[in-house]
Amino acid sequence: MEIPDTLFYTSNHEWIRIEGDEGTIGITDYAQDQLGDIVYVELPEPGSTIVRGESFGVIESVKAVSDLFAPVSGEISERNAAAAEAPEIVNQSPYDAGWLIKVRLADSGEVGDLLDAAAYRSETAGE
Amino acid sequence: MIEPPGEDFGARLAFDRGAPGRRAVDMPRWEGRETPLPEARLLRESVRLPEMSQGALARYYTALARRNFGIDTGSYPLGSCSMKYNPKVNDLVASLPGFADAHPLAPEDAAGTLRILLELQGALGAITGLAAVSLAPAAGAQGELAGVLMIKRALEQRGDLGERRRVLVPDSAHGTNPATAAMAGFSVTQIPTGRDGSMDAAALAGELDGSVAALMLTLPNTLGLWEQGIEECAQRVHEAGAYLYGDGANLNAILGRIRYGDLGFDVVHLNLHKTFSTPHGGGGPGAGPVCATEGLAPYLPTPVVEEAGDGQLRLTRPAQSIGRLQQFHGSIGVLIRAYAYIRSLGIEGLRAVSENADLNANYLRALLRDHYDLPYDRPVLHEVVFSGSRQRRESDVHTYDIAKRLIDHGVHPPTVYFPLIVEEALMIEPTETEAREDLERYAAALVAIAQEAVQDPETVRGAPHTAPIGRLDEARAARKPVLRWQPAESGGPD
Amino acid sequence: MADSGGRAPTPYIPNTDDDRARMLARIGLPDMAALFQDLPAALRDPAIELPQRLAEMELLRLLESRAALNRTGADRPCFLGAGAYRRGVPTITAALTSQSEFVTAYTPYQPEISQGTLQSAFEYQSVVCELTGLDVSNTGLYDAASATAEACLLAARVSKRSAVAVLEPLHPHTVDVVRAYGYGAGIRVDTIKAAEAVGDAHAALVVQQPDHLGGIGDLEPIAAAAHAAGALCIVVAEPLSLGLLRAPGDAGADIVTGEGRDLAGPMGFGGPSLGLFAARQAFLRQVPGRIVGRTQELHGRRHADGSEGAPRTGYVLTLQAREQFIRRERATSNFSTGQSLLALAFTITLQALGPQGLRDLAELCYQKAHDAAARIEALPGYRVMERGPWFQEFLVRGPMPAADLHRSLAERGITGGLDVSARPEPEARDALLFCVTEATPREHIDGLVEALGTIGASR
Repeated sequence: MEIPDTLFYTSNHEWIRIEGDEGTIGITDYAQDQLGDIVYVELPEPGSTIVRGESFGVIESVKAVSDLFAPVSGEISERNAAAAEAPEIVNQSPYDAGWLIKVRLADSGEVGDLLDAAAYRSETAGE
Repeated sequence: MIEPPGEDFGARLAFDRGAPGRRAVDMPRWEGRETPLPEARLLRESVRLPEMSQGALARYYTALARRNFGIDTGSYPLGSCSMKYNPKVNDLVASLPGFADAHPLAPEDAAGTLRILLELQGALGAITGLAAVSLAPAAGAQGELAGVLMIKRALEQRGDLGERRRVLVPDSAHGTNPATAAMAGFSVTQIPTGRDGSMDAAALAGELDGSVAALMLTLPNTLGLWEQGIEECAQRVHEAGAYLYGDGANLNAILGRIRYGDLGFDVVHLNLHKTFSTPHGGGGPGAGPVCATEGLAPYLPTPVVEEAGDGQLRLTRPAQSIGRLQQFHGSIGVLIRAYAYIRSLGIEGLRAVSENADLNANYLRALLRDHYDLPYDRPVLHEVVFSGSRQRRESDVHTYDIAKRLIDHGVHPPTVYFPLIVEEALMIEPTETEAREDLERYAAALVAIAQEAVQDPETVRGAPHTAPIGRLDEARAARKPVLRWQPAESGGPD
Repeated sequence: MADSGGRAPTPYIPNTDDDRARMLARIGLPDMAALFQDLPAALRDPAIELPQRLAEMELLRLLESRAALNRTGADRPCFLGAGAYRRGVPTITAALTSQSEFVTAYTPYQPEISQGTLQSAFEYQSVVCELTGLDVSNTGLYDAASATAEACLLAARVSKRSAVAVLEPLHPHTVDVVRAYGYGAGIRVDTIKAAEAVGDAHAALVVQQPDHLGGIGDLEPIAAAAHAAGALCIVVAEPLSLGLLRAPGDAGADIVTGEGRDLAGPMGFGGPSLGLFAARQAFLRQVPGRIVGRTQELHGRRHADGSEGAPRTGYVLTLQAREQFIRRERATSNFSTGQSLLALAFTITLQALGPQGLRDLAELCYQKAHDAAARIEALPGYRVMERGPWFQEFLVRGPMPAADLHRSLAERGITGGLDVSARPEPEARDALLFCVTEATPREHIDGLVEALGTIGASR
């Protein structure tokens, strides 16, 4: 299971890549594997805000459905149209082409509360 | 299936068959006075529909029937569905012209139907030990909605609906239970299952307080197990001021042996297409009567059948009824079948049903326990839940693959991946209408697949190999939904 | 068991005493009673009073005698409609639907051996979309009224509003069903007399076509009024009339529901029924119930030479993440077992009729009903109330109060129209709502006209 060291994680299996005051959010390799064939992703409009720990969207596979929880608070600057159009790219490339949204962070201090790769690795090892 | 080799049968719908000008039926010609039609803007051009001769239509739907597997085809032990043989006489009596032609708004012309409904209410009340019955709900899930709405109305009358906003549901429950509670406006709290397969009593005690409207409980539960301590559970629920709702989907296991009312249930729905053997029809119609205590009787859905002092039968609206859930009176044709079933078995026949259903499930359990994991290793009632986790771990063969491979053995797979609390679940409910040798054949197929999973896993993973069609791409169906016929670019019927 | 000699206990249970003994030995239980050892002993095997069991021949006689208590069919002219209509269903419908592979299957959880159910459900969805003029259909709900209630719940979810408006005249039982579902979901139901009364509190405007008193309305301004208020337009349509009338989807409806029972088979005292439910594409993921989609095999069939053929087309249940068994308390509905067999029958009827047959049947219904109305209108003392265009139901005001007229007809062996005299619409005052369809026998209409004439003359 791939868990890149450069990202931060949540216990709900989202990842975030921090670049300056912008974050890119997706779901982890572990999450896509658990879900199976992803068939639908519902994402909020750019311009709307997300709140840390609250649901910002939904991801569906053939047999399961899961909420997407915001790792940080902020305003959405972009959403991945390709993932909405062809959700299988979330399975194929969860950390890269299969990203979901980009946000402008409301409070960069929130990043400190996230899991680093090592912590996330030990969490998923138990599951 | 008689089908030209290589034909992609599913690619051509009725819409793609036939030719303009063909027809399957003639309508009488109107020879009376002609009344002008309404103005043109209220009318339409013709509806796009197939144009097939009657023979071609018959062949098409016969070919489709042959691409189906029913209980008349072979063993069909879907857990939680009670796929038992459906006596043919029940279909015949339900379609007698006297019943078939009755108009729902003329109960005065339907004394025979009403008499049957009244007697069926009585029989279901006697079987469940509950005082009052409404036959109105169309199916189990609507029966659930009726029951939970009745509880809601009762709490409202009592004046504490404002506080009681939660419904407790075990984690082994059918998905309809939490979905129903939500439809009735309640939030859902899940109660975990204990090690013995019964609801965790301590967890339940921790949740039972003044915010609880009801506990929804399936008995026996979806693991095919009796809920240990059910009487104490009922008592605690009532002491907390809440109601005990019973999901009667598994009544087949205890038919005639014990009664929901005696155990302390306040309201229970039944699935007549399961326990009382009305055909499942490829997914309905069913019927989902609700049975309730005297205390909840005033809230039953409309209508109920009552006999007046003069012997006249009437459809009535209970005093505080939650109202109607369908335009008319329920799935009458299904109700007549269930009535005929009960009359043809009597109480001793119904007791033989539960006894043999449970015997059959335990026999399968005995035949298969060395070959598949049994997460809850207790004698069962009507169904047994195995886990394919050993096969997954050792051979990377999943329950999904095992189910598909069963098709090649000429039988229908069991319910899989339910209940959710069992990993790689195989939920088998043989029912009482399978013979000992049918069960032995089914078990032999599962044993063979367990061995094959070790020796030739690729064959299991590629199954089915003999079905009319191979494994289908479900992800493709969901990603780019194609949900209706569209005319081809050229050559469509228009 | 009451049976002796080791016989199987019923014709439907194969296990004999010998089978049972062998199975118990293998299980390791001493006797049959041990199967129920977990059940509380004090409550076990209660006395349950049920009538003596009947052999098949006895059962047939009993049920035939019950059916004979009903007054129906050729001997009992009946002019009720109001949501249940005697229809000219082709005989091939029952013949094909009753094949046991359709009848004795369940929900198609295993698509490889359920293509019959699945492909015919896809045919059904296609037929319903064509009839209604909408984009997507599910595989059918319980009946028109509960489908309408589900449509209201959908509208409330997408609009986040908590009231719906119901345009009168709409069948009172349908209103009752919407209220019951609305009670659960916390949705208020307002009945309104004109479409313009729909407001921005309403998630939807519900309109019946033809309306409860038989009238054909122009749906376009009604849908426009709903949309102007930000509400969805839900049309409860009678499906045979859709063979003649403009498709509601073309007139602006967002959701169309309807009662499919009477084109699937006999009225059967009103059930089991079939709730048509079609919607615009935008609401696809909010649609309740099951949906079937077209797909193809993951792999083509392997030929003898080892090569793989082209994948073949097949059908599966799809978009299931909406449903209760996956989404549980957040599902679009608790809907599970539905009305599959009726949906199959409905589809076969429509496909047997074809475009011309459907049109002919709808026009026959229209002509026959209008002819009957004209004959009644010609009787002294009777008026057919004018309410604009109508399809198969019409209001008759007679020379006496509606209830008395109904009783007088009953005394002559005729079940007259529905007594709607208590309704608020002025045309309904003192009126019976008569229904004549394509399947109403000519002699019944003659008998009705004669009886009405006699009753009128005796005043």
